[in-house]
Amino acid sequence: MKATLERLANRASDEGLLDVAYAMSDSPFGALLLAATPKGLVKLSLPGHDPEQALEDLAARISPRLLEAPARLDEARRELDLYFEGKLTEFDLPLDWQLSRDFRRRALRAIDRIPYGKTRSYTEIARSAGNERAVRAAGSACGSNPIPIVVPCHRVLRTGGALGGYGGGLPMKEALLKLEGVR
Amino acid sequence: MPPFQTLLDDHAADVMGVLRGAVGRTDADDCFQETFLAALRAYPRLRDTSNLRGWLLTIAHRKAIDHHRANGRRPLPVGEVAEVGVSDPEPGDGIWEKVGALPPKQRAAVALRYGSDLPHAEIAAALGCSPEAARRSLHEGIKRLRKELA
Repeated sequence: MKATLERLANRASDEGLLDVAYAMSDSPFGALLLAATPKGLVKLSLPGHDPEQALEDLAARISPRLLEAPARLDEARRELDLYFEGKLTEFDLPLDWQLSRDFRRRALRAIDRIPYGKTRSYTEIARSAGNERAVRAAGSACGSNPIPIVVPCHRVLRTGGALGGYGGGLPMKEALLKLEGVR
Repeated sequence: MPPFQTLLDDHAADVMGVLRGAVGRTDADDCFQETFLAALRAYPRLRDTSNLRGWLLTIAHRKAIDHHRANGRRPLPVGEVAEVGVSDPEPGDGIWEKVGALPPKQRAAVALRYGSDLPHAEIAAALGCSPEAARRSLHEGIKRLRKELA
């Protein structure tokens, strides 16, 4: 049955019927859910978040034509594995930004430009996104980041250096910063 | 609308069971692909998601019929014909071959009842007929099988 289902996912993809492909991926922090549209990686769900719920959400917001198709996420998984081993400092993955809009999307794009091993404050992100006073909104853009780790919201800290928040929990944020040699 | 993957998780085994009954093991995989590709194509426009299983089985049934029609038009490929009698085929497989030779409605009714263990109401839903007609097709199919096996 496994081969049959793989064949189905491949044919669906070839015939343009696979709008969202997903796969689970192991990480040092637990299982990650990865999802991609034909445009690129659209969602990365951190451990501690219910993958079923995430899939239902993707079906509702993007398309119900959603299938488990690990082959479509091979490159993302490969780069994430290397990143967790400390061997990759910049992701080279096409991203699909459709799950965030307006100010949030601008804030996330600013976050996407923070180099490996560097940090920015929420205020700096608010300024880059075009509204220096929208510090809280910058914080909630981080909180709603659909593609954490790859879009490195863990590199955003409070002014003064306090950790702030993280969707995967503060220990994970701290571990990622340590991996990158920040703390 | 549930993610399409949940339809596969919940019903792929049943659909495969029905198709194996209706077209045989060798061709079931192709019919399975056609069934789920057709379902995937139509899924976003599907209005009523209350009986996804019945919907999938209806598509599977149509694909099985298409398959038999296409087969009917081309001669069956035969490799070498054995000169001596072969041993009896596996009982299960032999029966399903006979089921496969029934008229379409009877075949589908028998496959849905005994291949997928569906109740009459769901067979009717899958075949797009009344429960009474489904019962009749099933009855006729079984009668015919009994006669052939006797």
